[in-house]
Amino acid sequence: MRLAGRDPILEVERVELRFGGVKALSQVSFSVPEGSITAVIGPNGAGKTSLFNTISGFYRPQAGTIRFAGETLDGVAAPERAARGLARTFQNIALFRGMTVLDNIKLGRHAHMRTNLLDALVYWGRARREEMELRAEVEERIIDFLEIQHIRHAAVGTLAYGLQKRVELARALAMRPRILMLDEPVAGMNREETEDMARFILDVKEEWGTTILMVEHDMGMVMDISDHVVVLNFGQVIASGEPRAVQSDEAVIAAYLGAGDVGEIARRIRADAA
Amino acid sequence: MDALFLAEVMLAGIGSGALYALTGVAFVLIYKATRVVNLAIGEILMLGGYAFLGFAAGLGLPAIAALVLAVVTGGLLGWLVERSLIRPMLGESPISVFMVTIGLGSILVGLVQLGWGADPLRLPEFMPATPVFIGDAYLAPKVAVGFVAAAVVIAAFLALFRFSRSGVALKATAGDQGAAYSVGIDVPRVFSAAWILACATAAGAGVLVGAIGGISPTMGVFGLSVLVVVIIGGLDSIAGALVGGLLIGLVEALAGAFLGGEYKLVVTFTLLLLLLMVRPYGLFGTHEIERL
Repeated sequence: MRLAGRDPILEVERVELRFGGVKALSQVSFSVPEGSITAVIGPNGAGKTSLFNTISGFYRPQAGTIRFAGETLDGVAAPERAARGLARTFQNIALFRGMTVLDNIKLGRHAHMRTNLLDALVYWGRARREEMELRAEVEERIIDFLEIQHIRHAAVGTLAYGLQKRVELARALAMRPRILMLDEPVAGMNREETEDMARFILDVKEEWGTTILMVEHDMGMVMDISDHVVVLNFGQVIASGEPRAVQSDEAVIAAYLGAGDVGEIARRIRADAA
Repeated sequence: MDALFLAEVMLAGIGSGALYALTGVAFVLIYKATRVVNLAIGEILMLGGYAFLGFAAGLGLPAIAALVLAVVTGGLLGWLVERSLIRPMLGESPISVFMVTIGLGSILVGLVQLGWGADPLRLPEFMPATPVFIGDAYLAPKVAVGFVAAAVVIAAFLALFRFSRSGVALKATAGDQGAAYSVGIDVPRVFSAAWILACATAAGAGVLVGAIGGISPTMGVFGLSVLVVVIIGGLDSIAGALVGGLLIGLVEALAGAFLGGEYKLVVTFTLLLLLLMVRPYGLFGTHEIERL
């Protein structure tokens, strides 16, 4: 395997997450090789978004450990995880309404800015320099890269869905992430938008060297661009490996298409009814 | 009509309007950061007045120390309420949280009555008594002091939110809590800070209001006028609270002087109704604000 020699940047070990009596994740373990595009797939309700929320620190798991770049994330709050280089986007777009595209993207740098109010008064120069550097990087690199120059001063609420997704990605990139977590980056997009987004994701990996962990339903895209696929079903990892291997895995096919033959199910229903 | 009289009425109106605006800012701060409609803001204001009385008359501290301690008490109360009552309600329906704040208001009224009784009390005099004249128009010195204090605090807030990263954090939290949390903004800390600042501000406003009109356990109804102010200004707009406060202060003063004191509330609420028909989100509020 191409990535076999690389150290994992993110390791999820026997993570358990329960909501009351409902097990959202049980004994979930997998690792994300540095520099890879790793996709988490699985039917609706398999626990993919719960997994994302656990990794980014929104949920606290009842058991298990998550390690990022060799350090444990146990007890580390979401803002600190962001500062360490864990960036994410959301399944339902989460942008700061009422702000412009540029302001939204610049907020991605919040966790890394050193200047506070006192500094801003005392070290006017440093605050200014920081702001200038940020602006230059955001404008020249991220905005150009994602081809959103034309909307940089638009209010995010007015933008089309596909563009909003792109702004969210831009904000995550402004966080200078070591790992970029994308929750359904192409959900609700048409063919052309999906291809654009797939190209951006590949370019992020190539140009920034950022590791990517994504949840996605679009099988075509997952199989096209990922190096490594993890399959969840009912909160458990049922398969993981290279896309082609996963695609032909019996358990995966059963999870997606339903297990057993129709006659068997019909017999069970009749037995229940009797 | 006597121009001088009109000028004096308007000055008094702007003076009391500034206190509405100040309390309105406290209300907006909490709503903006946490989306909680805090109906106990009037009672927290009342508690500020009583805390001042306790520190100044009860413990015999100098007025300025008592004022500072009253503000600190308000801040502590805000911190306590946020941590113990509001944060556990995170994710519950807005109506439930809203009811919690109503309950909190009743409890505060009860506690104050237990401690100080139900009768109105006067705060010890601590403001200058020299009459203030603007041109020929007379302005009660306490009202003038209240106005200046409110203006300074509101200006400080506006500057803080415009020029500091706290303002950015507040704005981001108001925009989308999940997104703010994910880009490294400590959202729970923003919540705490908003409640502490808001309740401290309300307690300070309580001292000013109490110094002008005396204090009583029912002075929390001041919060009702403030509710009108923030609905008119827009629940999530600090500038809106400022404009709304001055407007309601003026309207109440004019209605009181020309129609009689009993018309004050009628006129204010009529204004509120009319405005809600034209702009349901207030003058400066965010358009997609939820209705309660």
